[in-house]
Amino acid sequence: MVKRIVVGAHYGFRDWLAQRITAVVMILYTVVFAVGTASLERPGFEEWRALFASGFMRFATFLFFVALVYHAWIGVRDIFMDYIKPTGVRLALHVVVIAVLVGYLGWAALILGRL
Amino acid sequence: MPETTIAKTRPKYLDLIQIRLPLAGFVSILHRVSGALLFLFLPVLLWLLGSSLASAESFERFRDVVSHPLSKLVLLGLIWAYLHHLCCGIRCLLLDMHMGVEKNASRRSAVAVLVVSIAATLILGGKLLW
Repeated sequence: MVKRIVVGAHYGFRDWLAQRITAVVMILYTVVFAVGTASLERPGFEEWRALFASGFMRFATFLFFVALVYHAWIGVRDIFMDYIKPTGVRLALHVVVIAVLVGYLGWAALILGRL
Repeated sequence: MPETTIAKTRPKYLDLIQIRLPLAGFVSILHRVSGALLFLFLPVLLWLLGSSLASAESFERFRDVVSHPLSKLVLLGLIWAYLHHLCCGIRCLLLDMHMGVEKNASRRSAVAVLVVSIAATLILGGKLLW
């Protein structure tokens, strides 16, 4: 049994939980997307666009991207915490990752908003 | 000040060449590799999604891009990364719920993740890309 001195709030539990909740959201979306794509009459632009254009799909796809960005942040942060030892470099990389992920979310919103 | 720590003499094998991971460990490190891969290719995937949805002309451009043999190879790799990450993630969730934590069950599920994700990649890739 490992004895650790637990100090501070949550001790990473919130991120651990968020990683799993966002994963479940993405699993559910994957099922919805797979069913939607499989039921397309024929592969073409109109059908493809119509699949995403419904209110439900736009909402679900945006939710997927929110979950994706949060999930990716925790995952990439964990990778950096494991392998990047110099604090300054790690901080800089964290900032870059947050910046690009926020940008990606805005990008996804734009793609869905133009439908 | 008295000596408070004793140097541990037991061997530590953190040499990546020397480490022999069990199969579950191998599947687990691939979870990380596939996740990193998906993160790195996220802008490419967003660009592809955007151009496939923007207009009929950009959809044609999207088609041209994804039908190039090199992009097919990359997309096949990304399909694998998504599926492996998905299967491995489901395995993680089940383990978190204390399902299949025994040695044999966990080894079997690790094999299942590896096999199912590769098989699904070949089926899906064959259907979508070729």
